[in-house]
Amino acid sequence: MTKPSILALAAPAIDSQGMGYLVTLPRRVVTVYIPLAVIVFVLLFPFYWMAVTTFKPNDEIYNFKDHNPFWVSSPTLANIEKLLFNTDYPAWLFNTMLVATVATFISIVASVLAAYAIQRLRFRGAQMIGLAIFLAYLVPPSILFIPLATIVYGFDLYDSNLALILTYPTFLIPFCTWLMMGYFKSIPYELEECALIDGATRIQILWKITLPLSVPGLISAGIFAFTLSWNEFIYALTFISSSEQKTVPVGVLTQLVEGDVYHWGSLMAGALLGSLPVAILYSFFVEHYVSSLTGAVKE
Amino acid sequence: MATVVREAAIERRESRLARIFDHPTVLSVIFMLPAGLLLTLFLTYPLGLGIWLGFTDTRIGRPGAFIGLENYISLFGDGVFLLSVFNTLLYTTVATVFKFAIGLWLALLLNNRLPFKAFLRAIVLLPFIIPTVLSAIAFWWMYDTQFSIISFALVEFGLIDEFIDFLGQPNAARASVIAANVWRGIPFVAICLLAGLQTISPSLYEAAALDGASAWQRFRHITVPTLMPILSIVLTFSVLFTFTDFQLIYAITRGGPINATHLMATLAFQRAIPGGQLGEGAAIATAMIPFLVAATLLSYYGLQRRKWQQGGKDD
Repeated sequence: MTKPSILALAAPAIDSQGMGYLVTLPRRVVTVYIPLAVIVFVLLFPFYWMAVTTFKPNDEIYNFKDHNPFWVSSPTLANIEKLLFNTDYPAWLFNTMLVATVATFISIVASVLAAYAIQRLRFRGAQMIGLAIFLAYLVPPSILFIPLATIVYGFDLYDSNLALILTYPTFLIPFCTWLMMGYFKSIPYELEECALIDGATRIQILWKITLPLSVPGLISAGIFAFTLSWNEFIYALTFISSSEQKTVPVGVLTQLVEGDVYHWGSLMAGALLGSLPVAILYSFFVEHYVSSLTGAVKE
Repeated sequence: MATVVREAAIERRESRLARIFDHPTVLSVIFMLPAGLLLTLFLTYPLGLGIWLGFTDTRIGRPGAFIGLENYISLFGDGVFLLSVFNTLLYTTVATVFKFAIGLWLALLLNNRLPFKAFLRAIVLLPFIIPTVLSAIAFWWMYDTQFSIISFALVEFGLIDEFIDFLGQPNAARASVIAANVWRGIPFVAICLLAGLQTISPSLYEAAALDGASAWQRFRHITVPTLMPILSIVLTFSVLFTFTDFQLIYAITRGGPINATHLMATLAFQRAIPGGQLGEGAAIATAMIPFLVAATLLSYYGLQRRKWQQGGKDD
């Protein structure tokens, strides 16, 4: 049993070299390294530019003649300081964090239960519901925000965090359910049968057997859902009007631009600080992230 | 595991209530309830309500009356709406072509044996992780008329003589927002396709090479057909999200200059929320649905059939 599985694990590592050894180094440099370097540079440059602008004093931001624009000569924290103490930025950060965390939690609980019912309890019509959930994932927020605005207004939720907490699960639940269904499918059903024979109830099985085995899947779904909520824009723009209730993406775009004067320093500081939490979270869970991204597509 | 199972069995309570809760049908209903309630109330119902609103003259703060197809008739005579439909189609087509060309190329590059491969893959995905609006603001700043770093660098290298007016002219503005969208979309395409590439066995390439197949033939007859199933799904998602894009346009141009970059989603927002014409906005949003269904069917089934014709298995 162990021998073939070790071979199977080792095989891709050996095979991935493939015929690579046939290609000479100069050829590799031209066909692989240079194009790769150019693409990676283009993909990362906007973040570099964001960071450099954040730490520049104003005379450097608007003067490319006397200062090298690609570097900061005299770094300053003035832009960040202005952001944290002269604007509602801390409140936006708090709102975003709160909404993203609660919406993710609600979505994960609802999705785990739904995915378990569809995948394992196999009630009549489970397949149809599974398909419907996939189709729900294809409904974009841009066609829902107008009717949702009237519903949010009708429930008297306008301009509150609760409006976002209740509407974000509409795009999180379909995604998470789809992901968890795929994950539950990969857990051997025999484990549950054993427990059933020993007289465990379904809830006990879910809680004590299936869920502990699904932790990687739960983490994947959780961080992906968290990032999607952090990223959300159109609902937050439509359902929130007062500055202190806004989320980071909406706040930065709508409150930091005063008339025709763009304070690029603090705008970039806002963009940088708003990106950091997701970037840090992502850096810890890259593998989970990639697996949830590709897992959603593969099914 | 065995002890856990035994524990679970011991804890079982033999009450009547517990047995009802353990009935698969009862339990299914309870388990489906939270997701079902949230999705029905905030997804299915608004979807229907949106279509209904499109047939009314509802404004913010005033319930509307049924006016039949009047919104749609007036939209068909509305130059701005027709322009937004054209823009959306152009935006989606051009951006998708570039995203997939560069994304596939990047995936092929990353599929080579590389130092720091995991690290490279991680940083490549960054544009996808960072909130779109925030990176769009960075693009806005890079497209500034006076202080654009792109213009500055090109002038320094002697490639152009004066700064480019990225967002001031209709076609330049269209190209600029499409470039920003392509930038954001490449990582998603590349990482998904890379996952597909990694499942292709290298022995296929070796066998083809032994039979004298050129690099292009190997790509055309091994990589493309094996990648087709995952490609069709990624394409479907990409087309869907590009067609309904809102954030990027709203952050960079708000539809300007002279409506040259207005997409259907941004126009729907502008008419409905700041303009107060909920009915008209809903009609514009609803008008996206046929396009979406057509695009989804085309990209999904179009590629699926190709896969079947090439002798691939039906999953």
